[in-house]
Amino acid sequence: MDNTHPRLRELKYTLYRIFRNPSAIIGFTLLVFFIGVAVLAPVLAPPKYAHNPYQMPHKGFSPTPKPPSEKAIFGTTSGQYDIYYGVVWGTRTAFKIGLFVVVISGLFGVGLGAVSGYYGGWLDEALMRVTDIMWAIPTLVLAMAIVVAFGRGLDKVMIALALIQWRWYVRVIRSEILTLRDQDFVQAARVMGVSDFKIIRRHILPNAIYPVLIMASMDMGSMVITASFMSFVGLGSPKGYADWGQMVALARNYIVGPPDDPLRFWYTIAIPGACIILFVLAWNLIGDALRDAFDPKLRRR
Amino acid sequence: MLTYILRRFFFLTFVLFGVSVLLFGILMTFSPERRAAAYVTTPQQAKDIPRIIQQFGLDDPFYVQYVRWIKEVSRGNMGWSLVAARPVGEAFWRYFPITLEMNLYAAPIVIFLGIWLGSVSGIHRDSWIDHSTRIFAIIGWSLPTFLFALVLLMVFYGYFQMFSPGVLSDALAMSIIDHPDQYTAYTGMLTIDGLLNGRLDIALDALHHLVLPILTYVIVVVALNMRVMRSGIIEELSKDYVLTARAKGADRRTIHYRHARRNALLPVVTVAGQLVAMSMEGSIAVEVVYNRQGIGWWLAESATQLDMPVLMCICLFMGVVFVVTNLTIDILYAYIDPRIRLN
Repeated sequence: MDNTHPRLRELKYTLYRIFRNPSAIIGFTLLVFFIGVAVLAPVLAPPKYAHNPYQMPHKGFSPTPKPPSEKAIFGTTSGQYDIYYGVVWGTRTAFKIGLFVVVISGLFGVGLGAVSGYYGGWLDEALMRVTDIMWAIPTLVLAMAIVVAFGRGLDKVMIALALIQWRWYVRVIRSEILTLRDQDFVQAARVMGVSDFKIIRRHILPNAIYPVLIMASMDMGSMVITASFMSFVGLGSPKGYADWGQMVALARNYIVGPPDDPLRFWYTIAIPGACIILFVLAWNLIGDALRDAFDPKLRRR
Repeated sequence: MLTYILRRFFFLTFVLFGVSVLLFGILMTFSPERRAAAYVTTPQQAKDIPRIIQQFGLDDPFYVQYVRWIKEVSRGNMGWSLVAARPVGEAFWRYFPITLEMNLYAAPIVIFLGIWLGSVSGIHRDSWIDHSTRIFAIIGWSLPTFLFALVLLMVFYGYFQMFSPGVLSDALAMSIIDHPDQYTAYTGMLTIDGLLNGRLDIALDALHHLVLPILTYVIVVVALNMRVMRSGIIEELSKDYVLTARAKGADRRTIHYRHARRNALLPVVTVAGQLVAMSMEGSIAVEVVYNRQGIGWWLAESATQLDMPVLMCICLFMGVVFVVTNLTIDILYAYIDPRIRLN
């Protein structure tokens, strides 16, 4: 074991620490389940409209939801959309939202933050002032303003969130880099004539990336929450699109059933709702475990 | 200290200026025709669009339009709200008290509950109480506000019929409308107005309608406070002065509550800004689901009708709130932490 590369050894130790944590095990199990559902979606729920699999099939137009039966194992929601189908394909939608926003804003934020933190100067100053301005408005509110300007739609919601969320990554990576920039190993590399680009890539980013990973993991969940709320109020995906937030919106008028049976339509909200909560919980548990595993103060005791 | 405050003040003016430019930039992505359409109320007027563009200078350069807009805003003219069917500025003051009322009740609960739970779980680290509060926190963190609100409504309104959505029962709301001379809206906050008018029934009914919104809000928001407090306590307890205090035989209560907790409160103050942002986001979901006609509800309704002036007004308002909160935090922080004050 001792003759392996130190970075590999460290990675092994990190993985060991992560999987000693019960919350990580729950989180990763949930995540593997969701990935499985997303990958196997065409098998689990064969699409009815081959050209647009995200459109939920519906039998009839009756607004009253129907309880689980043999034809629709999770029942149908308002408009007779099949809940099972929507939930399965909604998993793909959730990954699409999360990955798009996190990857784009993460790459953009980390790149910008690394360069500006490393070089400092007027570029850094200008970037920090821009992020200062963007911090002044809460994510959801700014996202709503951008969606209103661009027009409704899930793709617009995703773009709006990516346009906003990079500010987090800039801030996180920059504070890491400011502490690393003047450390001896970076100075040594500089004295040896290593190019700036290589110093950032080989020496700084590997040491500064952990807080970004924690952030990204938490963001996967919170972006899905924000996007589903925007679908819920009618700014995101259109009616009938397989999206958990949109399915909750369809169920909104049926949260209270007839007086003799007030919880009659529980499945219309509980099933897509549980999907959102478990998906977000999975990423938050993973993020929490990563935080514990990477925390230098707790790392080796 | 004074130069410090002045410097912060200058910075905050800059942020507000930036926010207004950013918002105006978003608005300007609309074509002049689309912005002119906001002035059109009947189909017959549609042919006037080119004239409207001319008259209001909607195709002028960015800075010309920006200066004109800022002048109007500073005069209090923010445009017209479709949802409220009245000017934005006037509508704002109608919706604002509803949101303020909820936040006034919820904020102390969030702050004290968060500090208390955080310090208990930090002091008894890795005990069952710590684990259960951590699980509670992570679940609260993962709950989408709107979903949680819907479930609470389903259970407590649908099943138990204990609480109902809205801000006031229909019968009481009608009694106010029927006898406008007997009820004066001093603040717009129903619990306070009810008391001021001597109508205890209105105050209690309004409070009754606030229970579920506050519950939703506290459970979703308290996790942040709790987490910061917990890690603060853990960090403070590992410091040398705690060791000294233990060595000289100070009892545990003194160490925990007089020494460690006071120092651990510092980081909690710094996240207050984030807390304000979270509560603003939280009020949107809570108001939409519980049908409380406050700022958040107005924002969501206006967004679905693509009513840009309202969004800009609320964004500017939130920018001001953010700026004022941060200024307060900075001053407060300098006041409680001598290391900053004396530098």
